[in-house]
Amino acid sequence: MFGYYLDLAIRSLKHNKVLTALMVLAIGVGIGASMTTLTVMHLLSGDPLPGKSASLFRPLVDPDPTPSRKHDTPMDVMDYRSAVDLWNAHRADRQTLVVDSPVKLAAPASKMPPLMPSLLATTADFFAMFDVPFQYGSGWSDADDQRRSRVAVISASLNDKLFGGANSVGQILHLRSTDVRIIGVLKPWRPSPLFYLVAGGRFAHGDTAGFYGKPEDVFVPFSSSLEINDGYFYQFTCWAAPKVPGHLIDAPCEWVSVWVELGDAGKVAAYRRFVADYAAQQKALARYTNADNTRLPSLMEWLDYNGVVPGDVHLQAWLAFAFLAICLCNTIGLLLAKFLRRGSEIGVRRALGATHAAIFMQFLIEAGLVGLLGGILGWLLTLAGLSLVRQQPTPYADMVHLDEWMFLTTFVLSLAVSLLAGTLPAFRASRIAPALQLKAQ
Amino acid sequence: MQIRPVFTALRRHRLATLLIALEIALACAVLCNACFLIINRVQRMKMISGVDESSLAFVQLTGFETKGAKDLNARMLNGFGGIAGVLSAHVINTVPFGQQAGTFGISLERSMRNIPAVIDLYLGGPGSLEALGVKLVAGRAPQLADYVTLTNDFPSDAPVLITRSLAEHLWPGGDPLGKEFWSGGDYHYRVIGVVEHLAIAQPGSRGVASADWSAFAPVQPGPFLAGGYLLRTAPGEAPRVLRDARATAMKIAPDSVLDQDASQTVSDLRMRYFENDRGMTRILIGVIVSLLLVTALGIVGLASFWVGQRRKQIGIRRAIGATRGDILRYFLMENFLIVSFGVVLGIGLAYACNLMLMKRYELAHLPFYYLPLAAVALWVLGQLAVLGPALRAAAVPPVVATRSV
Repeated sequence: MFGYYLDLAIRSLKHNKVLTALMVLAIGVGIGASMTTLTVMHLLSGDPLPGKSASLFRPLVDPDPTPSRKHDTPMDVMDYRSAVDLWNAHRADRQTLVVDSPVKLAAPASKMPPLMPSLLATTADFFAMFDVPFQYGSGWSDADDQRRSRVAVISASLNDKLFGGANSVGQILHLRSTDVRIIGVLKPWRPSPLFYLVAGGRFAHGDTAGFYGKPEDVFVPFSSSLEINDGYFYQFTCWAAPKVPGHLIDAPCEWVSVWVELGDAGKVAAYRRFVADYAAQQKALARYTNADNTRLPSLMEWLDYNGVVPGDVHLQAWLAFAFLAICLCNTIGLLLAKFLRRGSEIGVRRALGATHAAIFMQFLIEAGLVGLLGGILGWLLTLAGLSLVRQQPTPYADMVHLDEWMFLTTFVLSLAVSLLAGTLPAFRASRIAPALQLKAQ
Repeated sequence: MQIRPVFTALRRHRLATLLIALEIALACAVLCNACFLIINRVQRMKMISGVDESSLAFVQLTGFETKGAKDLNARMLNGFGGIAGVLSAHVINTVPFGQQAGTFGISLERSMRNIPAVIDLYLGGPGSLEALGVKLVAGRAPQLADYVTLTNDFPSDAPVLITRSLAEHLWPGGDPLGKEFWSGGDYHYRVIGVVEHLAIAQPGSRGVASADWSAFAPVQPGPFLAGGYLLRTAPGEAPRVLRDARATAMKIAPDSVLDQDASQTVSDLRMRYFENDRGMTRILIGVIVSLLLVTALGIVGLASFWVGQRRKQIGIRRAIGATRGDILRYFLMENFLIVSFGVVLGIGLAYACNLMLMKRYELAHLPFYYLPLAAVALWVLGQLAVLGPALRAAAVPPVVATRSV
């Protein structure tokens, strides 16, 4: 039966090519617009560490000691002492500190002029916690953090630039005036967003595209980088002015992010208590004033809190779906016109014994076929739309692509829209009284 | 002409009528809000920086050590001065549309209990304020004695010039000259002048109102003010001067790193700063055009169907005396009624969308005059779309009435 209806549908669509083209165009354009924005949303709002993110948490405290100032929420990042205290306590399965700063870099082995890449000061657990993939070598050990070893891990793109992609483990880099030895080279790694540095999203007025930048090019032990790049660190905010700019270890500033890995709910609860107890203890020492202002959001909660998906992307998605709704109305109207015009054909088929359900199915299949054609057009338009997005000067432009899920979604959405559009016209068509139609002949 | 028969006929096609009206309503809502968003972006892109953008270039060096900074400044200013077309060269921390610098919260009390504004403090060497070309509206420009020496990123005690909008925000209705503000408790500033406009480095990033909340402090170049250079050029010379200045900088300070991204003419910095807004405007225009196109096609499709369906009735009307004009007017009137119905629905929908946008984005109320404009646009669109099918209807000969099918 399906084959027969399909044959009927193809005949009918061929019969009135202009109307068919109009319907396919309406669905295709609507699908193309919505799938372009939906794909961007999907890429930007996804989980940067699937399977792992649920066990990653970000402790937050309120280290501002100014008695008169009361904050509703903890600070986004921590002062040096709080961060290092929490890290040193080793109460989580894993814990790491992260802070980025620009650093002057040169490689004696290459003839390149000095570069100014971003340096990530972090600790040994970083690579294991965030599933960072290595091409050559490995990360450093806890002992390196303690000893302030002059070692570095570099990104794949920096390795390509300086060493032509060869194994550069053991090579020396000049970081400012210090020599560090490369002990690891990463594989291309592009978390979306750059979650471990996300902070301050609530002050960004929806302009959060910057969270989707590329990871740093150089990773150096936290303790070592404080010495190597002293004077070049930037604060997130300060409650009083730092005495020496860029030297933030003893400054009244918040600038270090802390991440912890906690394997199960029991550990999460225990760690939450630990952070609260720490804040209470610091208050007793007169270092904090707001001891009850601590939080422990998970990675996804943190991204959500920072509203990482840019406001413009939301706006584009709303526009695209409004546009799809208009296309849907349009298609319903056209299908209605097309189906009801065939009253005499329906009359004959009903008189020869076709049931209401059979007529309904026949027309629904015709609508579905329009949807399938619209889906193909929509897929092509989505590809075109995404290539336009890739040309935009946004930090996430290089990541934009149509993955297999979104490819499937294109056709599912297109079929769903066309079947939804077809239901009402098909129902109306199946209710046409045969006698009246036959008499009119 | 009579409207009643048109109504009667439409009542027999309730579903199709409703669909087209719904489509018009959605189109009206999206059209109003998209146009409003475009106007907003265009206004943002017209933002007044207060500086002579077309004759300014900025060069940023990084990667030098603080102890050699004073020497670097002297060598760079000397080198830039030798470039043809450079009227003057100065040290400055940043420029409008450049990288954020000198951002801090200020208070009118030393205790810093309330922080009424977060501002950008421009730090510039002698002559830089004049080179920027900002317009002084009250008080005085800094004199040589006003230039303070930095011992930190911010001057601890300095005379400043502030923008009119910052003055109006801090001291509404009052005279800002001679007034004081603090930052971080120990940092103290006294207002000596008011400038008309001086946009913050990233205008709009901290909200629309604060786009012009900046101050300028006269500062002697030194270890804490180095690496950023403002070049004033003859009109139209900025792009060439910038090319020469970049080459000069690399030659004079080969150990430093020239920040390629930040070293631009101010016009180019502005272009790049609003690139996203331009992109969004293009998308919105694209949406409006395709939306109108799809709506028009929908009207054409349905109207063609109705004309085909009513061939016999048209023939009968023609046979009993209706002119071609009567038939044409009938279909035009029918479309006018449907579009009007859609516009009425659309007004409510447009306001609902606007309220939603206002919640999520910093948007004002949709101005009332958008609605009649959108209505007129949709009426015109509807009439044009239905004209083709209506002309075909008018061409149906009366003899059709005599045929059986």
